[in-house]
Amino acid sequence: ALKPLGKTLSKPGVRNVVLVEGVRTPFLQAGTTYADLMAHDLARGALQGLLNRTAFPKEAVDYIVYGTVIQEVKTSNVAREAALGAGFSDKTPAHTVTMACISSNQAMTTAVGLVASGQCDAVVAGGVEFMSDVPIRHSRKMRKMMLSLNRARTLGARLSLLGSLRLSHLVPELPAVSEFSTAEMMGHSADRLAAAFGISRLDQDEFALRSHVLAKKAQDEGLLTDIVDFKVPGKDIVSKDNGIRPSTMEQMSKLKPAFIKPHGTVTAANSSYLTDGASAVLIMSEEKALAMGYKPKAYLRDFVYVSQDPKDQLLLGPTYAIPKVLERSGLTLADIDAFEFHEAFAGQVLANLTAMESDWFAQNCMGRKAKVGAPPMEKFNLWGGSLSLGHPFAATGCRLVTMVAHRLKKEGGQYGLVAACAAGGQGHAMLVEACPQ
Amino acid sequence: NNSFNMNGILLGSVGVNRQTRTHVNYEVKDNVAVIRINDPTSKVNTLTRQLQDDMMEVLNEVWGNSAVKSAVIISTKPGCFIAGANIDMIKVCKSAEEVSKLSKEGQMMFEKIEKSPIPFVAAVNGTCMGGGLEFAIACHYRVATKSKKTVMALPEVMLGLLPGAGGTQRMPKMLGLPTAFDVMLTGRSIRADKAKKMGLVHHVIDPLGPGVKDPEERLIEYLEEVAVGVAKGLAKKTVTVEKKKGLMQKVQDAVLGIPLVRNQVYKTVTQKVMKQTKGLYPAPLSIIEAVQAGVEKGPAEGYHVEAVNFGKLAMTPESRALIGLYQGQVACKKNNFGKPEREVKSLAVLGAGLMGAGIAQVTVDKGVATILKDTTTEGLARGHDQVYKGLNDKAKKKSITTFERDMTLSFLKGQLDYSGFEKVDMVIEAVFEDLSIKHKVLKEVEAVIPPHCIFASNTSALPIREIAAASKRPEKVIGMHYFSPVDKMQLLEIITTDKTSKDTTASAVAVGLKQGKVIIVVGDGPGFYTTRCLAPTLVEGIRILQEGVGPKKLDSLTTGFGFPVGVSTLIDEVGVDVAAHVAEDLGKAFGSRFGGGNVDVLKTMIQKGFKGRKSGKGCYVYSAKKKDKQVNSGTEEILKAFKLTAPPAVSGDEDVQYRLVSRFVNEAALCLQEGILADPVQGDIGAVFGLGFPPCLGGPFRFLDSFGADKLVQKMKRYEDAYGNQFTPCQLLLDYAKDPSKKFHK
Repeated sequence: ALKPLGKTLSKPGVRNVVLVEGVRTPFLQAGTTYADLMAHDLARGALQGLLNRTAFPKEAVDYIVYGTVIQEVKTSNVAREAALGAGFSDKTPAHTVTMACISSNQAMTTAVGLVASGQCDAVVAGGVEFMSDVPIRHSRKMRKMMLSLNRARTLGARLSLLGSLRLSHLVPELPAVSEFSTAEMMGHSADRLAAAFGISRLDQDEFALRSHVLAKKAQDEGLLTDIVDFKVPGKDIVSKDNGIRPSTMEQMSKLKPAFIKPHGTVTAANSSYLTDGASAVLIMSEEKALAMGYKPKAYLRDFVYVSQDPKDQLLLGPTYAIPKVLERSGLTLADIDAFEFHEAFAGQVLANLTAMESDWFAQNCMGRKAKVGAPPMEKFNLWGGSLSLGHPFAATGCRLVTMVAHRLKKEGGQYGLVAACAAGGQGHAMLVEACPQ
Repeated sequence: NNSFNMNGILLGSVGVNRQTRTHVNYEVKDNVAVIRINDPTSKVNTLTRQLQDDMMEVLNEVWGNSAVKSAVIISTKPGCFIAGANIDMIKVCKSAEEVSKLSKEGQMMFEKIEKSPIPFVAAVNGTCMGGGLEFAIACHYRVATKSKKTVMALPEVMLGLLPGAGGTQRMPKMLGLPTAFDVMLTGRSIRADKAKKMGLVHHVIDPLGPGVKDPEERLIEYLEEVAVGVAKGLAKKTVTVEKKKGLMQKVQDAVLGIPLVRNQVYKTVTQKVMKQTKGLYPAPLSIIEAVQAGVEKGPAEGYHVEAVNFGKLAMTPESRALIGLYQGQVACKKNNFGKPEREVKSLAVLGAGLMGAGIAQVTVDKGVATILKDTTTEGLARGHDQVYKGLNDKAKKKSITTFERDMTLSFLKGQLDYSGFEKVDMVIEAVFEDLSIKHKVLKEVEAVIPPHCIFASNTSALPIREIAAASKRPEKVIGMHYFSPVDKMQLLEIITTDKTSKDTTASAVAVGLKQGKVIIVVGDGPGFYTTRCLAPTLVEGIRILQEGVGPKKLDSLTTGFGFPVGVSTLIDEVGVDVAAHVAEDLGKAFGSRFGGGNVDVLKTMIQKGFKGRKSGKGCYVYSAKKKDKQVNSGTEEILKAFKLTAPPAVSGDEDVQYRLVSRFVNEAALCLQEGILADPVQGDIGAVFGLGFPPCLGGPFRFLDSFGADKLVQKMKRYEDAYGNQFTPCQLLLDYAKDPSKKFHK
């Protein structure tokens, strides 16, 4: 039974911005079927999939914004390379944004801004992450020597430079896995966060298991309709996420902590895993979408970005973002029908829920009089989340927004709330309203 | 907030015939006895009688309870496990035997824990020093938080004592001889992660951010949870105490298994100690002796020597001096002028020279927005580099991250004009030591700063009232005399005039404390306190050089007396020009009392370009390569030209030492007599931390107490006969000489 719809959040004098469609490639564990591709290949897949599904005339795309976190150095503006490769018009400009795990949220809100301001009518946003291959560099010493070698004019100068080569020059430099400002690994911070909020290992394992069970159910029931098939050259057509694996509590309890040893609680099983994948959405002004004969899925209403201490509150973005975005739209938590939170770590999600339920935290850390409350679990990440579906850093944002729109439609809700944390101690929340059906 | 909800357990326990326990309590969780320490009468836990009695009672109950399979010792006091033995307990003892008895009691309690039938886990958060660390290492397993407040050390040596509760016996077993000696002989602080690497703790825990309660409260809870887990594991034997030894460790153990090698270690360590202490400090040697007794003759002898030596050391003047300094330092880290009306949130430093940049560095280091102003871009660039280097050196040593270095540096703003001065709360000038320049700067600054802004002068000798004479608001003018290098020297001498307001003083002290300084507040006058004591000492040093004692000999005589830096080296470090300036200025102010050596010696040196270390030549020749410095032959020639005959009666090595020291001490006493100094404690602290007066003597006033004012006066009278009034003892000295029961320190 549908509940009667509440007031709409449309604002007088502001264009309604709508999500027309959202798609993604299947999310695969890094090092599996996508292993030999490049980032822009996956991005191309998502962009092409979007065009195919919407049959949108490509010359009508005004702009493309795409997110990525670990940059492939050959395609530093991956948006442009992927768009060209996906057959978009070469007259459509494209730029790439980066904001850690909320990169495609940033791409989408950039699109919202372009549409709301009247700059554009149709913008494609998305994100890609390719963890099967990461840029591993020569050491700084080696790079310096190679660059000097370039400038050396005489053979003697070149030989003398080569003579300075030492074994230590050959040690490669891996992309940073830890926070630059604090030198702490994210999993380490998540473990400390869980400890600070008293989240037990058992709670974390249970939450992770829930994510996998729900994702499996959604997969089996065919609810993950945002997925578009991806043909890997020389291999099969990929059409399913491959990281969804409901385990048992007993098996999960056997794992050793991955970051804080030996007493930590964050394990491989209750963390999101390295994932390859890409996503894309079509964002338009409502009038243009309707005029072109599209049935938009949802309004993209309000959004906020927040940031806080990258050391001790690295992953608490949702806690800070949600009250703000609710206040901006005059809603309360009870008004929300569907929640989609990014699940970086089970402990991180539970820490956020605990923080939102804590008056102490609200008063001492957020300068609020009282807690805002936590989402009820029966509305929360019902089709799985990043822990189970996978988490290609810059692709997750679009997956969250598309999924909340699909859930609103399926569940008959009106308001959906998306929230995510990101490296750097940043966070994001967005309010989505179902379009009248 | 640290209440224990344990009545039920206490009621069930046996035979409580003492008063209720107040310092230690326990609870049994899953067969683990969690023993919690918290001294309700103090901000820190110390090993007081009450705490020890409570602990023994709890231990006996725990051992009597067959359900308890292991135990955790933890403090619920924020920031403190156990800070050490209570110094007052030692101070009240009248004899070495009494102190030895205290040591033996401690040894016994910890031995019981070590030999306990159930395993003990020490869960350490916060200060864990001295007896606290000895307690922790008597336990079978140690878990520590990596909180910034968690610091482990055996600092007894710095108080002229030794670790007297088994420390000298357990440390070598735990860390191996070389590391154990290093820890006990330096007393250095060890952070948790370093302690883990050394093998001092088994397991470390990262600090936590805010959750649903105070972060530290939660951290202590979490520490307890982890420690209880370990304790359960130890009881079930799923956790083992033994650590896997690395190859290096195995090799070292094997080598140190050979008695001949160990003897060599003792010998080397003793030589090193003798070289550094010149034999003036008995504690390090006593520590070596106790360690050696334990390792070579067995625990019974080891513990015995430890206790006996502990007693002996506690009765030495060196220990009293060092304890006095420790307590004085604590006293000089307090603001006795109340809370300033407004906190200094932004500060400007004038002059980006060595001092100015140093002051800027210690200020930005504490997150205070700082403007560094100079008159030239070159000067500014040099100053900026100095601050960067200071911070970058910390980053290289990993005491801060490069990110923290950058963040700290972001508080620094270098500029050539006075823009932004309308918003600063304090200006510290560190421009050239010339009254007219200081006046010019003061007027310029007063034209732009807000009314509440304080003007502080970093001068080493110019009287503040003369500087303030140019001010429209003398109540806001104060002296802040920093010592070079500012980021290393702990002392700050604050100088107030009769016009300086109390709030201005409170503000200056607050800034100094924030900068991490030990502060003395003194009255105004030429040279204030420190420079005034230094000047006659330097002048006497020049006299001694003129009399034909070479710079090297003079250095060895002064360091032999306990000064960390010899007088010749000190002249080079201070700068020959600065020394000349000070000697001349103060000579004019105080007359013949500041005579002795000929200032023209210094002036001639300056003419020849021998300005000290900064110019590469002074008493010595400095080069980047050679560590061993050579005497500057040019200076030797100058000294020959100014040669004076040494009166044989007062020119022996010891007399040379006492001539230097007596002039220092007499001037210090005069400062107290004239009210420049408020009390002897500040006099001692200023002399030791600012000028390097021998710490083993505890400062000029402690020295007078232990050496005897009468004895010093006798010596001075002999020198007075030979040289004249620069050795005339002041009235205060004569008073104290007359009545030996009069002491500066109670």
